[in-house]
Amino acid sequence: MGQEPLANAEGESLTVEQAIENLRQTADIGLRYYAAWWLGRFRVAEPEAIEALVDALQDEGDRAPDGGYPLRRNAARALGKLGDRTVIPDLIRCLDCDDYYVREAAAQALESLGDPQAISALRGLLAGGVAAAAAVPDKPHLVQPYNAVLEALGTLGAVDAIEEIIPFLGHEVAQVQNAATRALYQLTGDGTYCDRLVERLQAPNLQLRRSAMMDLGAIGYLPAAGAIAATLAENSLKLIALQGVLESHLGQTGFPQARLTDEARQVLVLMDELL
Amino acid sequence: MGISRAGERLGVGATVAELIQAIETADSKGAMVVAVNCLAAAKDVAALPTLITVLGYNNPGAAVAAVEGLVALGHDAVPALLEQIDGYNYGARAWAIRAVALIGDPRALPVLLDTAKGDFALSVRRAAARGLGTIDWALLSAEQAASGQRDVLEVLTAATADLEWVVRYAAVAGLQNVAKALIDSHQKPPILLCLHQVFQHDETAAVQARARMALDALESPP
Repeated sequence: MGQEPLANAEGESLTVEQAIENLRQTADIGLRYYAAWWLGRFRVAEPEAIEALVDALQDEGDRAPDGGYPLRRNAARALGKLGDRTVIPDLIRCLDCDDYYVREAAAQALESLGDPQAISALRGLLAGGVAAAAAVPDKPHLVQPYNAVLEALGTLGAVDAIEEIIPFLGHEVAQVQNAATRALYQLTGDGTYCDRLVERLQAPNLQLRRSAMMDLGAIGYLPAAGAIAATLAENSLKLIALQGVLESHLGQTGFPQARLTDEARQVLVLMDELL
Repeated sequence: MGISRAGERLGVGATVAELIQAIETADSKGAMVVAVNCLAAAKDVAALPTLITVLGYNNPGAAVAAVEGLVALGHDAVPALLEQIDGYNYGARAWAIRAVALIGDPRALPVLLDTAKGDFALSVRRAAARGLGTIDWALLSAEQAASGQRDVLEVLTAATADLEWVVRYAAVAGLQNVAKALIDSHQKPPILLCLHQVFQHDETAAVQARARMALDALESPP
C-alpha cells in the first residue's frame, strides 16, 4: 500500500502505517476507534493490521455508557472484511462477550469469512430456541443477535441446523422471521421461502420493506429484482439489494468469461433507473 | 386523518394558489406528501418556488414528489434550481442536483461536473455522474457541445476510479450515454478503452457487468 494516503468520502486521510499506529496506541480512544473502522474500510489485510485488530478484540479501555465495548465492535467488523481466516477462533470467543453488539459484530464477521468451523459456536447462541429468544428489558434488542446468527448459519451452509432454525419463522419479531426465511432458502434452495420475503416488500412499515429487500439482495434471488426496484424505499438501498441479486446471478452464469445473460441485462436496466 | 382531508380539499379544479396553501398548512408528513404530489401534477411554473422550498423540508417522500414536479417543468425549472444548488442547505442541494440531472439542461453542466468530481455524498456524485450522461447536447452549438463533452469525458473517466462502486457504476452508464451522442468521433476510442479497463479490472462484479453492457452496445455494428 505504501505511503499513499487513502481518503474516505469525508476527505479524511490516513496512511496504513498511521492507522496501525493509531490502533496500537492507547492514549486516544477516538483515534483507535476510527483506525479500526478505517482498516476495515480500506481492506488493509497486512499482518500488522490483523494483529492489532485481534488485540483490540480484548480491549478494556474503550467503554460505552451501557457497559459495551465500542472498539471491540469495530475491530470485529473490520476483521470480517479482511478475509483472514486465522482470526476465526478470536471471533468465536467474542460470541461469549457480555456486550450484545460485540456478539452481533462477531457473528456478522464470521458469516463474511465464510468458514463452516464457526457453525457450532453460532448454533450455541440459538440455545433454548424461540422460547428463550426474548427481548432484554429496557434494551432495544433481544437476548442474542438472532438475525446475525441465523443469517450466518444460512450463509455457512449449516444444514444440520435446519430443524433449529424452522421455529424462528414464527418468532414475534418480523426481522427475525426474515432472517430465518433467508437462511432456510439458502439451506434448502426452496424458492417459496423467498416468496415470503417478496411479499414483505409490500409491508406498510418502511423498516420491514428495507429489511426484506436487503435479505433478498443478500441471497441473490433473481426473480425478486423487479419487486425490489418497485418497492417504496431509498434508491441507495435498492441499488445495493439489486447489486446482490445481480452478482449472485453473475457468479452462477460464469461472468466475466461468459457473456451477459438477458436476465443480467434486465437487472442492469433496473439499476440504471435508480441512479 | 390529515391525508384524507388534504385529498378531499385538493380535488380536481383546485388552483395553484390553493395547492400551495395546502402545502403550507399540511399537518403531517403524509399530508405534506399528498399536497406536494398534487402541486407537482399541476405542472405550472407558478409552483416552482414552492416545489424548490419543499426540497429543504427534510421529508424524503415530499422531496421525491417535488423532484418529479420540477422534472416535469423541465428547462423552466433550471435557473431556480441552479440558484438553490449554490445555497447552504445541504439536503436541498442534493435533491436539486438530482432534479437538474434528470432534466438534462446544459446550463447545469458546470455544477454537475463539479459535483461528480468532488461532492462528499456518494448518492450525489452518483446522480451527477448519471446527469452528465443525459445532457441534451442539441441545445448547444456544435462547438460548445464538443467542448462540453470533452469536460464530461474527463470527469466521468476519473469517476470510474471512485472509491464507491455505485459512483463507478453511474460513471460507466454516463460514459455509454455520452458515447452515443458524441460530436467528435475521435473521442470514442478513449471511451472504449476506459470501459474495457473497467470491465477487466474493476473489483465489483456489478460494475464490470455494466461496462460489459456498455461495450456490447457501443461495439456492435449500428
